[in-house]
Amino acid sequence: MTAVPTLAVDDLSVEFRTRAGTVKVLERVGFQVDKGETVALVGESGSGKSVTAFAVMGILDPAGKVTSGRAMFGGADLLALSEAELAEQRGRELSMIFQNPRTALNPIRKVGRQIADVLVRHGGATRPDAPRLAVDMLKKVRIPDPERRAEAYPFELSGGMCQRIMIAIALACRPALLIADEPTTGLDVTTQAVIMDLIGELAHESGMATIFITHDLALAAEYCDRIVVMHAGHIVESAPAGTLFTMPRHPYSAKLLAATPGETASLGQLASIPGGLPDLRRPDLPACRYSSRCERRIDDCRRPLPQREVGPRHLVACWNPL
Amino acid sequence: MSALLDIAELAKRFEVAGRRLLHAVDEVTFTIGRGETVGLVGESGCGKSTLVRLINRLLDPTSGSIRLGGAELADLRARSFAANPHRARIQMVFQDAGDSLNPRYTAADAIADPIRRLKHLKGAALRQRVEALADMTGLPRELLSRFPHQLSGGQKARVGIARAIAVEPELLILDEPTAALDVSVQVLILKLLQQLKGKLGMSYLFVSHDLNVVRLLCDRVLVMYLGKIVEQGPAAEIFGDPRHPYTRALISAIPQADPARRIGRLRLGGEPRSPIDPDPSVCRFYGRCPRGEPRCAAEMPLLRSAGPARQVACHFA
Repeated sequence: MTAVPTLAVDDLSVEFRTRAGTVKVLERVGFQVDKGETVALVGESGSGKSVTAFAVMGILDPAGKVTSGRAMFGGADLLALSEAELAEQRGRELSMIFQNPRTALNPIRKVGRQIADVLVRHGGATRPDAPRLAVDMLKKVRIPDPERRAEAYPFELSGGMCQRIMIAIALACRPALLIADEPTTGLDVTTQAVIMDLIGELAHESGMATIFITHDLALAAEYCDRIVVMHAGHIVESAPAGTLFTMPRHPYSAKLLAATPGETASLGQLASIPGGLPDLRRPDLPACRYSSRCERRIDDCRRPLPQREVGPRHLVACWNPL
Repeated sequence: MSALLDIAELAKRFEVAGRRLLHAVDEVTFTIGRGETVGLVGESGCGKSTLVRLINRLLDPTSGSIRLGGAELADLRARSFAANPHRARIQMVFQDAGDSLNPRYTAADAIADPIRRLKHLKGAALRQRVEALADMTGLPRELLSRFPHQLSGGQKARVGIARAIAVEPELLILDEPTAALDVSVQVLILKLLQQLKGKLGMSYLFVSHDLNVVRLLCDRVLVMYLGKIVEQGPAAEIFGDPRHPYTRALISAIPQADPARRIGRLRLGGEPRSPIDPDPSVCRFYGRCPRGEPRCAAEMPLLRSAGPARQVACHFA
C-alpha cells in the first residue's frame, strides 16, 4: 500500500514523573492507520494502550511527558501542535470515544444539546439548525424514538444508549480518525455486537480510520483489520487480524491467545502467563521487557529489540520468534 | 444429584410511580444440585441481580419459595438474615473486588470479619483460620497486612474469594468474579474457583456476561430475559443448539476470531419491552424477536420441556 496513512505514529516515547521515579510508560512505539482501516491496540492493563491514545489526542496527564516521536496526521505532527491548534483538530478531525459513557457525558445537559454543541463548535452548524441535526445523528446511531431521546438526560438512558450518544458525538463532524477506548466494556454482548457493527459501518461509509483499544482479543479479531499487540510500553507484534490468530509469532501474543477463553474445550486447556509486568521505573530495564517472563529467551534478547518483518504487514519485535 | 437449592415460582415486584408494578423477577423456578455449577446469563436489566439478591436474602421476595437443603428461607426477613445461622450457608463473591472491600480493612481483617461474626472464632484460632484461607486461595501470607489499594486486581479477587469461603458456605454466588481482570489473571482465578469447588464441595451460581467463561465453567445454564427464565439446560446443549431466539442472539453475539464461525448470525433490533405492568398474554421477547408471529402477542409462551433436563419458553422452539 502506497497511500499516505491517516495516522502514522513513529518512535513515540512517553514518561511519567512520579515521586517514586520516572516511569517509562511507552518506548519507541510506532504504527500506522490507513484510511478506512480499523486497527486494534490490544494488551493487558499497564501495557500502554490508553497512554498511546491519550498522547496522540494530546490529553496526557500533566505528569506525562512525550520524550520523543511524531504522530503525523493530515500533514502535521499532532505532538508538535499548540493546544489551540489541537483543540481545532479534536472534535472535528480527531474524535475519541471513552470507556465509560456515563462519566464522559455531561450529566446535567440533555443529550441532544450535547450533540448540538459539538456540531456548532466544530461542524459549522448554526444554533437554530443544530437540534435537528442532532436528532439526525441519533437516528444514525439507531436510537429509537430519537426526538424524545434528544430531550433526555444521560441518567435516563441505559448504558448501551449512552454509548450510542457518545458515538453520535464523536462522529457528528465526520472525523478522519476515531479513537475508541474500550467502547463496549460493561455492555451486554448483544449491545456490544450492535455497537461494533455500527462503528464498522460508519467507518466503511465515510472512510474513517479507527483505532480500537481493547483487551478482548476475540473482539479485536472480529472487527479489526489489523492488530497491534502491546506489552509493558512496547509494541511486540503487529499483524493482519487473521494472521495474528492463526500464526502469532511473538511468544507474548501466543500466550495471550492461549489465555483467552474462546473455542477451548476445557478450563484445563487455558494457559496463564507466568510472571508480571516489569517495574517500569527501573533504570536497568532489559531491552525486551517480556524477557523475564519468556520461555524462549536466548542470549540475543539482551540486544536492542529488532523490528522483523516476517510477512506482509507483519512485524515482530523478537529475536527468537515462534 | 439431590438439589441443594430449590427455587419455586419466585417473584419480586417493585412498586413504581403511580401504583404500577415493575416485574423484576417473574415466577422463576429452578434448582441447583449439590456440587453443581449453574450459569445465569442475560442482559442488564433482565433481573439477574434481583434474583441473586433474593437468593442471597438481601431482598424480600413478593412471593414464591427459596429452599436451601430443605429449609425454607423465603419467609425469613432480609433485615434479620445477617444474624441467622443460615447466613453462613450462602455467600457471595462480588463483581469488583476493589469496590466491595472495605478500604480501611487489611486483607486479614476482610477475611476475618465474616468468621468473627458467624463462626465466633477469636485470637490465635481466628488468625490460623485466616492464614489457612490465604493459603487456600493462593494469597501470599505477607500480603495479609496490606490494604486493598496496596493489592493488585488478582490479589483483591483472591481476598474476595477467601472471605466468601471463610464460613464454609454450601452455595457460593459469583457475580462476574473476573470481569475486572486481565485474561492472564482471569485464567488463574477461574482455575482457583474450579479447584476450591471440588475441595470444599460447594455449589456455584455463576452470573456472567462473558459467555465464553460460562461455557468453560458451568454444568448448566439459565437464560433470563425480562424477569423470566426463557431457556435452561446443560451448558453443552445450550451453546451447541440454542433453541430460544434470545439465546440464539446471545450466542451469535459472542465475538468470533474465526470468520467461518460468523455465518448466519442473529442481531437484535428494536427495544426491550417495559418490565412495568407487562401484558401477561404477550411474550416478553415480542418486538425484538426476529420471528414474532401473531400468536406471540396473544399468548405468553410457558417454559416447557424440550428434552431431558432442557426447557424452553417459545411457541416455535
